[in-house]
Amino acid sequence: MNLFYLVAFLSIFFSLLVIFSKNPVYSVLYLIVTFFTFTIHYVLLNAQFLAIVNFIVYMGAILVLFLYVLMLLNLNKDSEPMKSNLLKVAGIIAGLCLLLTLAGSLKLVHVSDPVVLKNPDIGLVKNLGKVLFKEFLLPFEVSSILLLAAMVGAVLLAKKDPNKA
Amino acid sequence: METITQSIQAVPLNHYILLSSIIFAIGTIGVLIRRNAIIILMSVELMLNAVNLLLAAFSVYRGDASGQVFVFFIMALAAAEVAIGLAILTMIYRNTNSTDINILNRLKW
Repeated sequence: MNLFYLVAFLSIFFSLLVIFSKNPVYSVLYLIVTFFTFTIHYVLLNAQFLAIVNFIVYMGAILVLFLYVLMLLNLNKDSEPMKSNLLKVAGIIAGLCLLLTLAGSLKLVHVSDPVVLKNPDIGLVKNLGKVLFKEFLLPFEVSSILLLAAMVGAVLLAKKDPNKA
Repeated sequence: METITQSIQAVPLNHYILLSSIIFAIGTIGVLIRRNAIIILMSVELMLNAVNLLLAAFSVYRGDASGQVFVFFIMALAAAEVAIGLAILTMIYRNTNSTDINILNRLKW
């Protein structure tokens, strides 16, 4: 029980550091730590497949892509554009209003039952694979088309325009 | 593994919802207060992950594996989104020499 609150505190702390650190490279590194705490959350929920996928896809692939582009574009603290203080305060107030609304509506619904593992092997690879390839076969295939389209689009967009160059 | 999963037993569902709301709000604040487009993309990733965690918690709470399959689909979608977003960013950087979103207020250059 205490482990959950410790990890939750770390998640919130590092995600605050992500958005408030001035240097974009530090932001990416803090985001990696944040995603690692999310992986711990998945392990605590016994969702082992999601923990591994989160570890490999998010921390391994997506954040390396972020870091790579950041270093390719040579962004650092000096070139970092900052908003004016007024806009920052307005943004923080707007975000806190959103949080207040969500927390307030949460107080009304009174679902306070503890999260109990009814079925301990629900998050294991064997069980999830069966669900994925029986009930969600069509969405699975469609998502492969999505990934192919994304790959083609990314190559097409990032390629140099032959008319200009 | 038994001892690890034992520790989750007493956490109320409300606290999971609250944690996800806080992280989602932090992501929203990040989108609102930063001008670097890469940081904005990272904040969007943070929001996606908050929703992922909540879906996984609900899935365990209900004893239904569909929620975790949805998290898997969201991860595939996030990977595609990041690839396209960063490709667009590199193109913008090549044209304007910065990733400041305030330069992009006229949609042509």
